[in-house]
Amino acid sequence: MAAGPMRIRAASNGTETEVKILMSHDMETGQRKDASGNLIPAHHITEITATHNGRVVLAGQFGPAVAKNPYLQFKFKGGAKGDKVSVSWVDNKGEKRTDEVVVS
Amino acid sequence: MNMQRREALKSTGAMGLFGVLVAAGLITPELAHAAWDKAAFEAKSMEDVLKALGAGKPADSKDVQLSGPDIAENGAVVPVGVKSALPGTEFVAILVEKNPNMLAASFTLPEGTAADVSTRIKMGQTSNVYALVKAGGSYYMTVKEIKVTLGGCGG
Amino acid sequence: MKGSRYAVCLATSALALMLPATPAGADETAEGIARYREALADGNPAELWEMQGEELWRTARGPKNGTLEKCDLGQGPGVVKGAFVGLPRYFADTGRVQDLESRLLTCMETLQGIPADEVAKTPFGKGEQKNIEALVAWISAESRGMKFNVPMQHPEERRMYEIGKRVFNYRSGPHDFGCVTCHGEDGKRIRLQDLPNLTKSADAARGFGAWPAYRVSSGELWSMQRRLNDCFRQQRFPYPLYGSEVTVALSTYLGVTANGAGESTAPAIKR
Repeated sequence: MAAGPMRIRAASNGTETEVKILMSHDMETGQRKDASGNLIPAHHITEITATHNGRVVLAGQFGPAVAKNPYLQFKFKGGAKGDKVSVSWVDNKGEKRTDEVVVS
Repeated sequence: MNMQRREALKSTGAMGLFGVLVAAGLITPELAHAAWDKAAFEAKSMEDVLKALGAGKPADSKDVQLSGPDIAENGAVVPVGVKSALPGTEFVAILVEKNPNMLAASFTLPEGTAADVSTRIKMGQTSNVYALVKAGGSYYMTVKEIKVTLGGCGG
Repeated sequence: MKGSRYAVCLATSALALMLPATPAGADETAEGIARYREALADGNPAELWEMQGEELWRTARGPKNGTLEKCDLGQGPGVVKGAFVGLPRYFADTGRVQDLESRLLTCMETLQGIPADEVAKTPFGKGEQKNIEALVAWISAESRGMKFNVPMQHPEERRMYEIGKRVFNYRSGPHDFGCVTCHGEDGKRIRLQDLPNLTKSADAARGFGAWPAYRVSSGELWSMQRRLNDCFRQQRFPYPLYGSEVTVALSTYLGVTANGAGESTAPAIKR
């Protein structure tokens, strides 16, 4: 399911916006072996950036120890219904993905 | 559900940080990726992680909270959260003592973003989990043991 | 690989059984696990499959370049809400009782021209099976919170219920196992997993009504067919054919037993 769309929820309570993100990614650690005993190469998200109306509200770095299909939750001040929150990630193979949601 | 949620928007305004930089030709995707803190993520001991992050010797702080289950049914997915009551918290990291590489994830919090971040990590076995934060230029840490039950196999 | 994995499982089972040394320890562990599960309920990665499933339903695909929007899941063409809790049921056009997955095979074949037997032969988690997993995630989510209402009017539905009941109680194989061995009494568990007594309505609704589900252990979405497949494996039975009569019969028995009891939670999140 690598590179499938993210599921992003962003909800404003008037003063704060809470963002919940599910990313579709295998987050392969590089420590597992396949059925024939060969090491499966690491494949994981390395960086994630969330922006609100174009301004960065969170910048994260992931190692392979973040769970498969990563989940992330955070809050920032401001944000109103109708604003846009955009989330981007890039992985160690250079694959990337950006999805956007309207604040509810 | 809103259709917009699942559409990857292609307009520059929605591309996020590296998207914009890559699109503008300022950096290549490889360079965007090079910003990843390889040394910290590949460090195998607490000392090396702290050194790579430039965190020195963090002080224990009750103002930093690490939330997570006392016991996790499956080490493949362990929900953890870090909260800091320290003013000016600008950086948060989650470390798992007994994982092959200790650093699981780190977050930079711009002004206005709450020091309250949750994610889910993998744990190979029962271990101490540390929350490291940077606030007002200094580093602080707290610890919690999370037990991982055996039973990652079968139905 | 398979052999070593099995050996590891045996070793860990023995250890896990020793964990709650005292009743107080057992309670504490159970409470801890309950809190762990609660923490995962919000933000269930199954939502990623739901999103894809909803899109797939509306996407023109296959040799006929058709969508599934006219697919009749038992509540009329195109009606998805409430369909999941009314399955399996008898369909006049195919002349047989079908569960959600075997019905999707019919719709994919008739509306999209995707050959059902090809999909049935595809391993779980690959190719068209991935699409089925996304579809069942979304379709079941559209019945979340509803009670099961699996019909028993048609003689074929009653026949399948009776077959399902018999299969559930049928013990065989090297361990003389049956579904009933683990799911026929209260208070059974494997390691730290409490097992539902699937002969009782409330437990059947809780158990049957949780699948499809996101499996934390594999990070995959398992359909009911895949869940049943694994039950057969654990009994050391041969794998059933995908969408075969025996699997639909079992689902009919479980679904009818669940009728009117608890609410459907599928797609849930499971260890």
